[in-house]
Amino acid sequence: MRPVNAANEVGAQIAEALSQVPDPEIPAVSIVELGIVREIGLNDGVSWVSITPTYTGCPATDVIRQNVRVALDQAGLEAVEIRTVLTPPWSTEMITLEGREKLLRYGIAPPEPASGQAACPRCGSRNTMEISRFGSTPCKALWQCKECREPFDRFKCH
Amino acid sequence: MDNSLFRSLVQLGDDCLVLGQRLCEWCGRAPTIEVDLSLSNLALDMIGQATLLLDYAGEVEGSGRNADRLAFHRDAEQFRNALLVEQPNGDFARTIVRHFLYATYAEALFEQLSHSRDDRLAEIAAKAVKELRYHAEYSADWIVRLGDGTADSRSRMQDSLEWHWRFIDDLFHDDESWIDCAERGIVPLRQALRADFEHAVGAVLAKAGLAMPAKVRGIEGGRGGRHSEHLSMMLAIMQVLPRAHPAATW
Repeated sequence: MRPVNAANEVGAQIAEALSQVPDPEIPAVSIVELGIVREIGLNDGVSWVSITPTYTGCPATDVIRQNVRVALDQAGLEAVEIRTVLTPPWSTEMITLEGREKLLRYGIAPPEPASGQAACPRCGSRNTMEISRFGSTPCKALWQCKECREPFDRFKCH
Repeated sequence: MDNSLFRSLVQLGDDCLVLGQRLCEWCGRAPTIEVDLSLSNLALDMIGQATLLLDYAGEVEGSGRNADRLAFHRDAEQFRNALLVEQPNGDFARTIVRHFLYATYAEALFEQLSHSRDDRLAEIAAKAVKELRYHAEYSADWIVRLGDGTADSRSRMQDSLEWHWRFIDDLFHDDESWIDCAERGIVPLRQALRADFEHAVGAVLAKAGLAMPAKVRGIEGGRGGRHSEHLSMMLAIMQVLPRAHPAATW
């Protein structure tokens, strides 16, 4: 996220409101940490938040939009517009470091650029196997640890 | 209105929509829960891409139609999808071969579309191609696994390839609108992608121990709205609710 006007009072208020919005499908992380919030903008008295979908068909996209609206309204920021942008396309590199740590603590192996064996979020072993390339949401694959036998979700590198 | 652009976007969007709906028919019926999840996730990507493309088509048309309107309130002969994607699911081999052929074609096509002179189409394609890469890999894995599997799985895969191959000419057909867009640098000619497609398909089939299908006389007509009887039956189920309650919102 590039908080263009975070130094500005309104920008800071918007950033604060957004940091409280969890991802609807992975509530352990906020939409800011997932890299869904692209920009907070302020120009000529018009302020906006731009958000980007993770996957084109992700059913969470509409819910996120609604939740952002509610969070902004509750912070007294009714005038802030919500815009959707596609460029540059969302990638897992946009997940913040803090977001990655929270995913791990939540039991989801965070995405790793060098795709290989995932590290088990429970015991840390890399003696793991892919069960299914697709998991419970579009952004995750299903894995299992061969040491502790625990099945786990792995955030797909995208 | 830019009629050629509108028509080309509808062709692209209808491929995604019809294939997405076909994949949805597997929901709750797949051989294992993992496959069930996979096919539903593939479907979700297809529906997502269809929404972006058909919403844009509606904007280009300028008559107030959006993706929902285009999806639910057109009859079969107004659809411009390729014949391949409307073919019934059949068994798992039939479904996965269909998806492999489409995804291999679409990955190459959308890669080129991401450099389109039309900025909006370029950004939709850049988003979609990331998903399509995964689809192509996923389905290629199954081609190898089942092609290189038992005698039964191998013969089902080979039969499915032979069955679908008659629709490949149609998949690569460039109609007048598409050629017009190609001349303006908005889309690549599909014909220009065909050699690479056959090469990519051949490489996976070789790995799977499957034979490249024999040349057959192709069946064409999808881009002109001449469909197999299967499409209207699929649409009947897809469209019944919004047609019965056109003003409903949920």
